[in-house]
Amino acid sequence: MTCAEFLKELTDYLDDALDSRTRAELEDHLVWCHECFVVCDTTKKTISIYRESKLYELPDDLRGRLHNAIVSKCKSKKPDAAAPDDKSKR
Amino acid sequence: MALIQSNQVGANTDEMALVRAAKQGDVSAFEELVRRYDRNVFRIANHITHNAEDAEDVVQEAFLKAYQNLNRFQEQSKFYTWLVRIAVNEALMKLRRRRSDKTVSMDQDIETEEDTIPREIADWAPNPEQQFKQEELKQLLQKTIQGLPPSFRAVFVLRDVEGLSTEETAEALDLSIPAVKSRLLRARLQLRERLNKYFKNPQKDGNNR
Repeated sequence: MTCAEFLKELTDYLDDALDSRTRAELEDHLVWCHECFVVCDTTKKTISIYRESKLYELPDDLRGRLHNAIVSKCKSKKPDAAAPDDKSKR
Repeated sequence: MALIQSNQVGANTDEMALVRAAKQGDVSAFEELVRRYDRNVFRIANHITHNAEDAEDVVQEAFLKAYQNLNRFQEQSKFYTWLVRIAVNEALMKLRRRRSDKTVSMDQDIETEEDTIPREIADWAPNPEQQFKQEELKQLLQKTIQGLPPSFRAVFVLRDVEGLSTEETAEALDLSIPAVKSRLLRARLQLRERLNKYFKNPQKDGNNR
C-alpha cells in the first residue's frame, strides 16, 4: 500500500468501516511508514479534541428564552394539514 | 476507532410517539423534542453560521418549521436527522444572506487532490490541548474550523462532533455517501494541518516534506 492509497482509506479506517483485508494492509503500512502513522494519530487527536471541546454550548438563560419563544409560537399555530377532527378537539 | 455516539440509542422507541402526538397539535410533546435536541441544533447552527445571533434565529426557525411541517415527516428516518436537515438549510440561508457572493452551497466547494496531501508531518505533544487555557482553546478551535469551506464544516460537525452516521449525514445534507466521505476526509486532514502549528511537540523537530 502506498501513502496515497493509505490516505484515501484513512476516513474509513478511523470510522472502523473497512473490510478486514484492507484494514490489515493499512495497519501493515502504518508499521513501517512513520509519516502516515503520525498523520493517522494526529487526525485521531484532531477529531477527539473537537468532539470533547464543548464548543458552542447553549447557555441556560438563552436556552430558556429560546424554549419559551418556540413554545409560545407553536401554541398559536398547529402543524399544517392536520386532520380536521384533531383541529376541532383543541 | 468507532466514532458514532450512542447517546440517542433507546431514545427512538418513544420518540415516534412524541412525534405523532405533536402532529396532532400536542405542544407539550413537541416541547420534549425541543428539549432533546435544542443543544445539538444550536451547536450545528453556530458551526455553520459562525454568528451567535444567526444561530439563535436558526434554532427558533428550525423548530418552528419542523412543528408546522410535521405532517410531511414520513417517519422513515429519525426525527433528529429530519430536524438537522431543516436546521442546516436555515443556517445556509443565513450564511448566504451575509455573504455578498451568494455561493454558499453544499455542492460548490472546489475539490482538488492537493488538499489531501499533508504538507507538514510533526508529532504532537501527548495532550496538546492542555497547553491552553480552556477559553483560549475554544477560540483557537473555532477559528480553525471556521477557515474550512461551509460544506466541510457541516460534514465534520455532523459526523465527528454530533456523531451522525455517514448515511444520516448524507440525508441531512442532501449529499451522496461518496461526497460525504470525500468532504469528511478533507475536513479532517485540513483541520489536522491547521492545528499542527499549535499542537506540534516542541521537543521534537517536525519533518517538513
